Amino acid sequence: MAEMEGRQKITKKFWIKLVLAPILMFFFAYAMVPIYDVFCEITGFNGRTGRVDSEQVHVVDEMREVEVSFFAMTMGGFPVQFGPKVNSMKVVPGKFYTASYIAKNNTDEIVIGQAVPSVAPTEAALYFKKLECFCFNKQVFKPHEQVEMTLRFVIEPELDERIKDVSLSYNFFKLKS
Amino acid sequence: MTTVTDHTDDGHHGPEKGLMRWIKTTNHKDIGSLYLWFAFVMLLIGGAMAMVIRMELFQPGMQLSEPQFFNQMTTMHGLIMVFGAVMPAFVGLGNWLIPMMIGAPDMALPRMNNWSFWILPFAGGILLSTFFMEGGAPAFGWTFYAPLSTTFAPDSTDFFIFAVHLLGFSSIMGAINIIATVLNMRAPEMKLMDMPLFVWTWLITSFLLIGAMPVLAGAVTMMLTDRNFGTAFFDATGGGDPVLFQHIFWFFGHPEVYIMILPAFGVVSHIIPTFARKPLFGYSSMVYASASIAFLSYIVWGHHMFSTGMPVAGELYFMYATMLIAVPTGVKVFNWVSTMWRGSMTFETPMLWAISFVFLFTIGGFSGLMLGIVPADIQYQDTYFVVAHFHYVLVTGALWAIIAATFYWLPKWTGKMYNETLAKVHFWWAVISVNVLFFPQHFLGLAGMPRRIPDYSLQFADFNMISSIGGFAFGASFILFTYILIDCIRNGKPADARPWEGAKGLEWTLEPKAQYHSFNIPPTKVLIEQESQNS
Repeated sequence: MAEMEGRQKITKKFWIKLVLAPILMFFFAYAMVPIYDVFCEITGFNGRTGRVDSEQVHVVDEMREVEVSFFAMTMGGFPVQFGPKVNSMKVVPGKFYTASYIAKNNTDEIVIGQAVPSVAPTEAALYFKKLECFCFNKQVFKPHEQVEMTLRFVIEPELDERIKDVSLSYNFFKLKS
Repeated sequence: MTTVTDHTDDGHHGPEKGLMRWIKTTNHKDIGSLYLWFAFVMLLIGGAMAMVIRMELFQPGMQLSEPQFFNQMTTMHGLIMVFGAVMPAFVGLGNWLIPMMIGAPDMALPRMNNWSFWILPFAGGILLSTFFMEGGAPAFGWTFYAPLSTTFAPDSTDFFIFAVHLLGFSSIMGAINIIATVLNMRAPEMKLMDMPLFVWTWLITSFLLIGAMPVLAGAVTMMLTDRNFGTAFFDATGGGDPVLFQHIFWFFGHPEVYIMILPAFGVVSHIIPTFARKPLFGYSSMVYASASIAFLSYIVWGHHMFSTGMPVAGELYFMYATMLIAVPTGVKVFNWVSTMWRGSMTFETPMLWAISFVFLFTIGGFSGLMLGIVPADIQYQDTYFVVAHFHYVLVTGALWAIIAATFYWLPKWTGKMYNETLAKVHFWWAVISVNVLFFPQHFLGLAGMPRRIPDYSLQFADFNMISSIGGFAFGASFILFTYILIDCIRNGKPADARPWEGAKGLEWTLEPKAQYHSFNIPPTKVLIEQESQNS
């Protein structure tokens, strides 16, 4: 070992650091999941809508109007007809409204689905709150049955004055169970 | 640490005989050769897939392959070139050169070194075996976006995931080994700022590897549990989000592209001073530029996702941060040019590759800047312009540096000289054909031809045919390359210990063919300073 004299020794602390770093980065990948969720919730990015638990009273400016358009989509392989009852409605920010979607299962089998909402523009998503929605739970469609599914929502008055149109779309995915 | 402690009696015992030498070896030179040969075989396999792609795209309409098979070709070509060819080739170069450059007898962790190499053939084998499985090989692009790779992918995807895990393990262990070697095994008299640039860039790359590869491992693990164990990380119906996959993937993916180019910067920073016969211009700025590129690479991933519906504020941030990378990269390019300025230049083969690297990599860098501009990127997204861009930086960037390094250090590895005339023919053949291959793809992309599609409209026919002809010529150039390498190993004329007149570096103070064990006695301060790039 005479040749090794003078070269630095690798300390235990150094090893621990070197091995720990990649392990920590592995868990960082998992940490990105909640970070992403919280980030989207705070900023409304990605068009995620918020929830409220009760009908709070807002200061309402009756003169202000926002037009909400409803859209419906189904992913490939989802065999249920699905669409909004009305294509759009004018709402006053701060007031609660009820809207509904109609779905009809044309097959002979029970279909289970999950609707995923999205609001555009993303700046409006933060203020689009739902008290109840068929998208909160998975939906079961019996064969050849037509159902009306409702949501109750409010657009909070804090919404940017410049935004006059908001669109809400649902995408239905088929679930296995 | 057997290699270090074993030779108490005799500093120069040779390698074992036979096949077991390669399986059991802990010698950095053996392992370096193994890595390089593995990368070379993978390069040929991935290249064969590229030939299938170019044949299919030779004319409009469906020629040879089913669309599904074409998608398997593009996917596997990308995966194999990135994880099987470029990354292992640089690890091989690092293994061969880093201990010799810092006056160390071997890598700090020789047994782990053996393990990190021998994982690779198995990972590569598992990846390639998916071709023979039901549903075929991965066909969702090398970026394997969810839900294409989770909900809609064949069962063979689980093998792909396992292969990626293994590849990740291998590179993380390689990176840990290089960090430990560079920080602890250096000749005692060698200060950090005496280290050659290849060592510097590899040290920085290692930090990128241990930061980025585990994130990739996390992403594929989430895919695995989404596919088989009922989690919903990327599944919207279960509260997940497919866009999240892209964030995680590109958080790995962007550092990854610098993992593949930083060691290339190091190689070129050795070759240009040698043949310009001048010290490297701005040594310390090169070091700082590499470190800043590495840092910036972690905070720009969103520029791969401009068309995912990102808010304008996010787009602006990622655009500006991306543009910022042009500054340290520009520092490097100008330093190389300034090194050549008024030098006594000669144009041996490694220099030709290095100069064309600077030229062609810069073209790739510029098209990268164009892609970084949000409104332009929305046009260019997923077109052949992107394909042209990343092939200019990866083929005429990373691969060019690997070939340059091969010619530059081949005399030290083999003790023999390659055939200079043939090597020059090979260079001109490759450099012309590669531009015929990739340059027209810029025009195709600007005209709107999408990538990853086996068929195209008639207006793209001419440029595709030109590109394919260039592709076949470039592919054929590797036959000559293989011949030159084997000819050098078998029949090369003996080389000098310092075959390049202007070369500096501790590796050139060794015997013409570096012996099995080198620098058992660390080099002296005088020698280190004589051979330093920073003087």
